[in-house]
Amino acid sequence: MISNTLPLSLTDNPILSQWIAFNEQGRVRVGSGKVEIGQGILTALTQIAAEELDVRPDQINLVSGQTDVSPAEGFTSGSYSIAVGGASIRLVCAEVRSLFLDKLADALKCPVAELSIEDGKFLRDGQDTGRDYWSMTDEITLERRATGTAPVKRPSTYKIVGKHLPRLDLPAKIAGEGFIHDIAPEGVLHARVLRQPWSGAHLSVFDEQAVRKAARTPIEIFREGEFVAFTSDNELAVMRAAEAARTLAKWEGGTPAPDDVGTPDWLKRQPSRDKITDTGMPGTAKGRVVEASYSRPFLTYGSIGPACALAEFKDGALKVWSHSQGPAVLRDWLARALGLQAAQVTVFHRHGAGAYGHNTADDCAFDASTIAMRHPGRTVRVQWPREDEFTAAPISTAMAIKLRAVLDADNKPADWAIEIWSPPHAQRPGMNGNSNLIGAAALPNAPPLNPLSDVPDERGGGATRNAVAIYDLPSHRLIHHLLPEVPIRTSSLRGLGAWANVFAIEGFIDELAEIAGVDPVSYRLSLLSEPRPRKVVETAARLSGWFDTPKLPEGRARGFGFARYKNIASFAAVVVELEVDNEIRLKKVWCAADAGLVIAPDGARNQIEGGIIQGASFVMREQIKFEDGRVATQSWDDYPILRFSNIPEIEIELIDNPNEPTLGLGEASVGPTGAAIGNALARAIGKRVRDLPLTREKIVTTLMSDE
Amino acid sequence: MSELIKFVVNGHAVAIDGDGTAPLLSVLHDHLGLRGSKFGCGTEMCGSCMVLVDGQPEHSCAREIASLAGRTITTIEALSNHNALHPLQQAFLDEQAGQCGYCLSGILISASALLAKNPKPSRAEIITALDPHLCRCGIHNRVFRAIQKAGAAMARAQG
Repeated sequence: MISNTLPLSLTDNPILSQWIAFNEQGRVRVGSGKVEIGQGILTALTQIAAEELDVRPDQINLVSGQTDVSPAEGFTSGSYSIAVGGASIRLVCAEVRSLFLDKLADALKCPVAELSIEDGKFLRDGQDTGRDYWSMTDEITLERRATGTAPVKRPSTYKIVGKHLPRLDLPAKIAGEGFIHDIAPEGVLHARVLRQPWSGAHLSVFDEQAVRKAARTPIEIFREGEFVAFTSDNELAVMRAAEAARTLAKWEGGTPAPDDVGTPDWLKRQPSRDKITDTGMPGTAKGRVVEASYSRPFLTYGSIGPACALAEFKDGALKVWSHSQGPAVLRDWLARALGLQAAQVTVFHRHGAGAYGHNTADDCAFDASTIAMRHPGRTVRVQWPREDEFTAAPISTAMAIKLRAVLDADNKPADWAIEIWSPPHAQRPGMNGNSNLIGAAALPNAPPLNPLSDVPDERGGGATRNAVAIYDLPSHRLIHHLLPEVPIRTSSLRGLGAWANVFAIEGFIDELAEIAGVDPVSYRLSLLSEPRPRKVVETAARLSGWFDTPKLPEGRARGFGFARYKNIASFAAVVVELEVDNEIRLKKVWCAADAGLVIAPDGARNQIEGGIIQGASFVMREQIKFEDGRVATQSWDDYPILRFSNIPEIEIELIDNPNEPTLGLGEASVGPTGAAIGNALARAIGKRVRDLPLTREKIVTTLMSDE
Repeated sequence: MSELIKFVVNGHAVAIDGDGTAPLLSVLHDHLGLRGSKFGCGTEMCGSCMVLVDGQPEHSCAREIASLAGRTITTIEALSNHNALHPLQQAFLDEQAGQCGYCLSGILISASALLAKNPKPSRAEIITALDPHLCRCGIHNRVFRAIQKAGAAMARAQG
């Protein structure tokens, strides 16, 4: 049964007219604060709205992330968009449908049960009444609070939800169109900004003449504090200026990163705020003690397209075009940082390259806005250089994770403890009351940073996301060392702390299974009493033929990984088969997932596939490196994500569960995939690599070690 | 005064009066209004900017236009023929081979060059053709399927 309690987006935006309007004949404007970041959300939300209203999908005009008309829905993140944003649209549309039908039933003096809707036209006993949403718009005010009490459709009657609707934005994109990068109006002023290499850095040497010379055509340079911008009508000139400036600038002061930044030893030396969460009676069980320490390095989201934004300041109003994940939040924090009222700022969401976490979109919007304020009437366009996308972007933080279990006589964990050392996983605009905009921090009199915290556990946690293993554990202790004083802008990447925790937990479970002398999947099943997770694990085992596979040749192995994302969203179990010859070669991946009611089946599969490939890339390849106080990773050569030559075949089974609420799916396959790779590697080489990434170097070092 | 650099873009003769060291991608965007080829890295490492130069896939982000005098350039805008989708574009839609779509214009260009000489490429041949391209969303398997499907459709069309 789909719940009728009001989702957060609806309590934040309670008036029906904030969501829906019938202001164009035959079309329905549906607003959403959730935005397209490559995940296909616009298509799925359109399906939900069309289904509940009984209109065709092509009658829905979804206005997403336009802050003067769309509802404010925070950030598009955390796999909340369908579960919260979609649920809100469903309730709103169901209520609007009921309001219209009740009104019509009154007018026709007939029971509502005789009425139905087709393409927005109202029928009585299947006959056209001559009325429709549009002809009755004046009779019904939508300036009223949503109650969430109108009946929603039963999933068994769905005609649009759960069926294939091709991605609405793809036709433009296969023609190379539809991106914010493509917007370059006549007379646009191009700009680039020089970035500080570390927090608080002061620009001590800056050869302006050399920069102008490198630009080859005249540019304007303005500097306020450490914020240095280059502007010109000619984009190439500012690109060249920025490139030269990056090389020529000399910086001093501030807080450069130490050489061993991000290593487990470094993490454990940082000042921490500690929180212990116990369930059961931890520390009392007696038995064999098993311990293992895991770690992950700094990573980046690595969008293929760099950040881009446009801004125009005219007659006291600032318009901003951005691929921000939180247009309404960006509006509020741009206003604060620029000394404007929020009502003076309108943010228009436009599509960027994929966002897999907190990226530079907001920073770029701030750059464009700051420069636009100094050039009233001009449209300013800023695009970030690739190098800055690596070196000045929010960074997904390194973590150290220690696991400890006390095994009972059956070799099952009687006591379990997980200890995590991690800087925060979220510093998006507004979090902790900080703008978290890199350009704002460079301006004179930047406000001091409020103390940092992580995403609260009740909102899924940051470092603690998926820290509590899904298994039957009679006693559990979670020790979270939040490291709030790290001078690096650590923030969200797909899954936050989840995939590293799942890598560690699922690796450790395999270690325990090995001690118990039990097959890893059987061992997991012995610790899972709930039917729903059991079914996911069993489905992945069946799909991959886990129990029927003959012994694989030497150097080839399979591994298993399982989690329920955030312990409340989708379940995913993954089997990986790989081959190791110093380096990992992925052969095949099987995934079983339970996402409850699936809105867009192909979209869901696409997200699972993408999560598998990205999750594999995270654990096999990726690490942001530091040198001389700053990020040293500057190019794709330094950051080798998986390529076409490393892609395994993928087989997915979505467990059909249409009567359960939709569960967030976009991040669910990432953690189990990484874990399955770690486990397959351990089985293939007979030793476990616990420090990510699982590179050739790490594998060789592990093989040579005495452990 | 710099000399005119002449080449052909999507069937139209163009003459650029200016900086011969300007990268082709900048000229496509700023002078010719062709924004379908994408800026990704500027250092020929991601493939977002791929165009055809005399039928061969080449990066445009760092390619100086002085080296292109007399050459023929084809961009994503010319892949479809009078608004009729190229079989590759149709196959990418059929397979829903896209998430964010930013890498697609470059991938489609390289794939079109591959299919022009080999309408039945194996997975390994597609890998060779597409290895200069990065995709971060993870649509790779859909791309393999779409290219093979398009190749088959093109072979059928040629009978």
